[in-house]
Amino acid sequence: MPGLIGKKIGMTSVFSADGKNVPCTVIEAGPCVVTQVKTVETDGYDAVQLAYDEKREKSTTKPMKGHFQKAGTTPKAKLVEFKDFEQEFKPGDVVTVDMISEDTFVDVCGISKGKGFQGVVKRHGFRGVGDATHGQHNRLRAPGSLGASSYPSRVFKGMRMAGRTGGDRVKVENLRVLKVIPESNLLLIKGSVPGAKGSYLIIEV
Amino acid sequence: MDLMKVAEEAFNTGVEVPEFGAGDTVSVHYKIKEGAKERVQVFRGTVIQVKGAGVSKRFTVRKMSNNVGVERIFPINSPFIDKIEVNRKGKVRRARIYYFRELTGKKARIKEKRV
Repeated sequence: MPGLIGKKIGMTSVFSADGKNVPCTVIEAGPCVVTQVKTVETDGYDAVQLAYDEKREKSTTKPMKGHFQKAGTTPKAKLVEFKDFEQEFKPGDVVTVDMISEDTFVDVCGISKGKGFQGVVKRHGFRGVGDATHGQHNRLRAPGSLGASSYPSRVFKGMRMAGRTGGDRVKVENLRVLKVIPESNLLLIKGSVPGAKGSYLIIEV
Repeated sequence: MDLMKVAEEAFNTGVEVPEFGAGDTVSVHYKIKEGAKERVQVFRGTVIQVKGAGVSKRFTVRKMSNNVGVERIFPINSPFIDKIEVNRKGKVRRARIYYFRELTGKKARIKEKRV
């Protein structure tokens, strides 16, 4: 899918035309520089590699410096490949938020906030086992049985249990674009998107 | 945070809101939709508090209606607010006059601020 790389700025709310208070996320999307164009002949598939956000030259490795030099740009922090762009690109071209029009729908992909080691109630939406009262204790948020006894005599692989939660790649689909502000590369999207403020997002058109 | 302001500014309707605070008496002209018709209702009372900042700024107005206290919270930027009139400036010592809810009769009066 064609798209852009962006950064989550924060959330706010706006009043829509019919007077509703709509929650929205502010995203700084682009400008992204084309750093490489992959073709079937050279790479086996078609794709466009976009780069976003400045990076210090000091903390860029030599091979990456060469890669950016080829495209004629300064070192960038985030590189993502996109497919199926309608127009042709060559390295050094700039893709801006102009490619997204208002009142369309986009998918936004990001890394969700890390929650640490969490129990099954938060992690998988279990409802716990017992009552809080009637003499019960310490079973309120318990996972319950993990399986049967003599057969199969083991716990099945993939059984949902407690563990590290969050920090996964999450995609939210069909988010409405409320406004595009090309002067400051901003995108206002209805609803929330995964990740913390300042984290990178992939906006798929 | 700067970019947040740019985004919020893009939705600024430019409607001027008069300055008021806790203790002031205001009339809020509020647009009400009834089916296809639209009419304006006036809610007049004392401002209990002004809460929040920027786009999410809200204020609470309290009035006595047939000896029952009625409070309404209005978002200051709400498109349903036709206009806000400040009728009287009140002299109070705090920004949120919750104690005002407990007062009735002659005690439920706020001195006027002389400007």
